[in-house]
Amino acid sequence: MSGTGARENIFATRMALTNTKLRLKGAQTGHSLLAKKRDALTTRFRAILKKVDEAKRKMGRVMQLASFSMAEVTYATGDIAYLVQEQAKLATFRVKAKQENVSGVVLPAFEVDRVAGSDFNLTGLGRGGQQIMKAKEVYAKAIETLVELASLQTAFTILDEVIRATNRRVNAIEHIVIPRLENTIKYIMSELDEMDREEFFRLKKVQGKKKRDTAARNAEQEANEAASATAVEVALEEPEATEDLLSSKDSDVIF
Amino acid sequence: MEALFFNVDNGFLEGIVRGYRGGILTQNQYANLTQCESLEDLRTQLSATDYGNFLANEPLPLSTSTIADKATQILVDQFNYIRSNAVQPLSKFLEYITYSYMIDNIILLITGTLHERDTHELLERCHPLGVFDTMPALCVATNVEELYQSVLVETPLAPYFRGCLAATDLDDLNIEIIRNTVYKAYLEDFYNFCSGLSSPTSDVMHKILSFEADRRTVNITINSFGTELTKEQRAKLFPTIGRLYPEGNNQLAKADEMDQVRQACESVSEYRPFFSDAGQSAANGDDHGAASQLEDHFFQNEVHLNKQSFLQQFQYGVFYSYMKLKEQEIRNITWIAECIAQDAKDRIQDFIPIF
Repeated sequence: MSGTGARENIFATRMALTNTKLRLKGAQTGHSLLAKKRDALTTRFRAILKKVDEAKRKMGRVMQLASFSMAEVTYATGDIAYLVQEQAKLATFRVKAKQENVSGVVLPAFEVDRVAGSDFNLTGLGRGGQQIMKAKEVYAKAIETLVELASLQTAFTILDEVIRATNRRVNAIEHIVIPRLENTIKYIMSELDEMDREEFFRLKKVQGKKKRDTAARNAEQEANEAASATAVEVALEEPEATEDLLSSKDSDVIF
Repeated sequence: MEALFFNVDNGFLEGIVRGYRGGILTQNQYANLTQCESLEDLRTQLSATDYGNFLANEPLPLSTSTIADKATQILVDQFNYIRSNAVQPLSKFLEYITYSYMIDNIILLITGTLHERDTHELLERCHPLGVFDTMPALCVATNVEELYQSVLVETPLAPYFRGCLAATDLDDLNIEIIRNTVYKAYLEDFYNFCSGLSSPTSDVMHKILSFEADRRTVNITINSFGTELTKEQRAKLFPTIGRLYPEGNNQLAKADEMDQVRQACESVSEYRPFFSDAGQSAANGDDHGAASQLEDHFFQNEVHLNKQSFLQQFQYGVFYSYMKLKEQEIRNITWIAECIAQDAKDRIQDFIPIF
């Protein structure tokens, strides 16, 4: 009996053995598939990590540029924030979300969609209009970087989660499910072996008993034959004994 | 004759303004300011100047907009002091200076009203120099006609708005056009008013106002490239004064690109060098760069003209010039503060020193 590890509570039969073996095979296939998935995700994850790093650095630079261009606007025209806020009617900068599939994981990817809008393009007509346009452009670029970073960051968190879940599964299969199935198989095998041995022993016993019985019967028969021979001799010697033979029952005659 | 009696009414105020002028930051002080590492350093440096401890009660960390607001407040206080001590015709002249701020405030209020913003919030954003009594009432107007009839007719700006009553609806394009039309009318009126004043004032002011008008004309032209402003509309926004008027204005009204603007300005020798640098960067296909350099040139020339007005005595130009120079100085300080705050030391020298 294998009492070394956890096993499934199962009757040790050949049927159960076949089933468990099939399940073990399934678990092994699953394990290799999940491991492959994990590797693919990790590769992707590393790539995204690199990109996130780049994008964050870039964002720092771009945002600095953008706020500096805003300073230029303030220098040239003064405070235009209110006018711009009020005059912007239509979003010229939109974000579209689409989905990307990386080995079964759906990652959202954001895309920039710029509409060439003409809102507030007369702001600063008297002076500073060029700076305002420049600031608008620079900020649009900054937002583009932000959007890029956002999609990377989302992908990053989702991938992180998925990789963790996959890792958990891989480890669970590797360290829990497969050993348990193996243990079960071992248990069933040992149990079956045990049963085989018992059967063999039983058969041997039966055979021995049969042998003994046969030997005993043979001995009895021989004894009977010897007895009947003497009886015949006795009958030959005493004829009245023949009448008794018909009426009395012979123990060896079954029917 | 004028000079004889000038000091009777205005001598005190002129003295005050010339005293204020002495407080304008010098090259040396700017050099100190640009060396600052943080905004707190900047505050310490500024406290050694005429600004004194104007930022003393501000909570840390300082923001550049606080600095600009406080500096403007000082200027406003100075202006109000001068204004309350002025007699005619100087008080009228000073009122004219406030009109340009009033125009901005009115436009701001109209824009805010159109989008149903809170009036108090709007009033806070108005420039303190352009505040007038009936201003809050502007928020009830929904179209130009109503606006004019109910509110503006009471203000000194009424004649300027008369010119743009044709604009029936207040949409955003119109608002920007209204602003420029009104500003144009204001410049012309101010110009005429100065003509009515006697010789040294009108001489000095004509120079400054002509330049201001030309600057607007050129800017409107450049900024309207690629927008839905038609050429006829554009031509209507050009002030009918200035050295470019009339044939320069006509050329500008038809211009489609920077090159044509340059040709139009060729006729005025002072404006020619503005475009020589601009032309180079335009050749590199950098239209924005060209325009912003032009803007810098304009600022420089404005400062130059305003400085010159201090060379003449017995005239009102100094009041206007002081306001403009001080505004430029506030812009400079804001710029330096901004550069320090954003750690962009390579551009910190891009301001325009005054004295």
